[in-house]
Amino acid sequence: MSITKEQVDKIAHLARLALTEEEAHAYATQLENIFNLVTVLQQADTAEVRPMAHPMDAKQRLRPDVITEGNEREVMQAIAPLTDMGLYLVPQVIE
Amino acid sequence: MKWEVVIGLEVHAQLATQSKIFSGAATAYGALPNTQACAIDLGMPGVLPVLNEEALHMALKFGLAVNAHLSHESVFARKNYFYPDLPKGYQISQYEIPVVGRGHLDITLDDGTVKRIGITRAHLEEDAGKSLHEDFQGMTGIDLNRAGTPLLEIVSEPDMRSSNEAVAYLKTLHTLVRYLGICDGNMQEGSFRCDANVSVRLKGAEKLGTRCELKNINSFRFVERAINYEVERQIDVLENGGTIAQETRLYDADANTTRTMRSKEEANDYRYFPDPDLLPVCVNEELIARIKTTLPELPQEKRDRFMQHYGLNAYDANVLSSARELAQYFEAVVDVGVDPKLSANWVMGELLAALNKENLAIDESPIPPAALGQLLQRITDNTISGKIAKTVFAHMWLNEGSADEIIEKQGLKQVTDTGAIEKIIDEIIANNPQQLADYKGGKEKLFAFFVGQAMKATQGKANPQQLNDLLKEKLQKA
Repeated sequence: MSITKEQVDKIAHLARLALTEEEAHAYATQLENIFNLVTVLQQADTAEVRPMAHPMDAKQRLRPDVITEGNEREVMQAIAPLTDMGLYLVPQVIE
Repeated sequence: MKWEVVIGLEVHAQLATQSKIFSGAATAYGALPNTQACAIDLGMPGVLPVLNEEALHMALKFGLAVNAHLSHESVFARKNYFYPDLPKGYQISQYEIPVVGRGHLDITLDDGTVKRIGITRAHLEEDAGKSLHEDFQGMTGIDLNRAGTPLLEIVSEPDMRSSNEAVAYLKTLHTLVRYLGICDGNMQEGSFRCDANVSVRLKGAEKLGTRCELKNINSFRFVERAINYEVERQIDVLENGGTIAQETRLYDADANTTRTMRSKEEANDYRYFPDPDLLPVCVNEELIARIKTTLPELPQEKRDRFMQHYGLNAYDANVLSSARELAQYFEAVVDVGVDPKLSANWVMGELLAALNKENLAIDESPIPPAALGQLLQRITDNTISGKIAKTVFAHMWLNEGSADEIIEKQGLKQVTDTGAIEKIIDEIIANNPQQLADYKGGKEKLFAFFVGQAMKATQGKANPQQLNDLLKEKLQKA
């Protein structure tokens, strides 16, 4: 299985990663090796195997519907670069 | 028309839990910005989400109500995209194995026919925060109070064929979630939001047309208008030889148009994968059985019972079962011993009109059901006429006392003394010789004139039936 540099660039863009030309090529090779291993695994007969959602053989614990957290705005916003009127400020987003 | 419209709806119902889906922060609406956003909601490093039991139970409740397949093991997944009101860079949602699988919901159309709409799935997910684009020093303000609020996304099959059907489905769903007590259904506050997938195809074609997703339709009226506009737009494009691009379009209520929001191709590459922070959610038969016992009488069951048990017509039964509180009020009036049809007329007429006028909910009515019941009993036992009852109702609305007190105080008791009514009729006939002559000459419409005069003379207190009978008799003899 071959991974092109264009595919790497697309994933990098979706993940908001800035890659140099060399890095993109290097990752393309590394990913290709990983996918080659996947190709090997895909040859195994998994018809009787249940898809695994989590490596731990356990089930999700639930919590009761109770409010346990209070107003922590001051603490949280102390580490924010910019706030105003209780809001976090970020560079303008336009749809 | 040679085109067929195909519509599927995605509804986001905010679940009415106290705390968030994965954290213990409060979900109450309208709090000051960022005062209900804890470390988990903010996506701080090292935090661990834990599923809210009540959110799961509410999802199961919904699944049971739409006869859906319930997954014994559902899986949470990360939906990856970047937006400032999504601090983690992913939304925790369900992808391959949702908690609620395939089910269905029956809707009643305007002509009374029942249509079954398929429910593809319903899955649990967290809401994002809110971006405020008003000018904050040239920046965008972020409020994360809503981040982590539990949502149930309910996806329908593309089974609807008109905007009317879409609205009927949406209203049925809206009624259902409120009956179940899993969502307050407040569309203004965004507790019940709808996206519509709309496409058109030539009638008889098997393959679906390319669809557009309409966002931002936050009222029943807008759903209808947005879909109608979009259908016309697509037909226009196709008939002029164009093709429809698959995209997300935003409905602009002010201009009544839809416009491109973003190209789906890029935005839709969410790279879902199972969330390693959350284990599979297990639901066993015992839990399902327990949830089943908590289901209330569902809207459709209630409507059918109202028709069979009380003899109401489909329209009345539909209106009265549209909300649990309204149905409760109606039944409380009937329980006083009032004829169901009379109760239905008054609850749907006078009472709802008065409530709407003052923008009150049924459980905020200044007239409790027992008090309305007493008023209606006075119509039934001929103490007052239906017309006078409206006057008494108006006084009761202003908290001036019970029906009996108001009737007594204002002297509104119906005149049923035959002698007294006869005397009044005699006078009227004597004072209006011209009208009498015309009536005798064949102008039968003048009967209403005499009734009006008699009602005026008795200040509306004459028993209408009795007055009619006596008047007919007297006019014949005159």
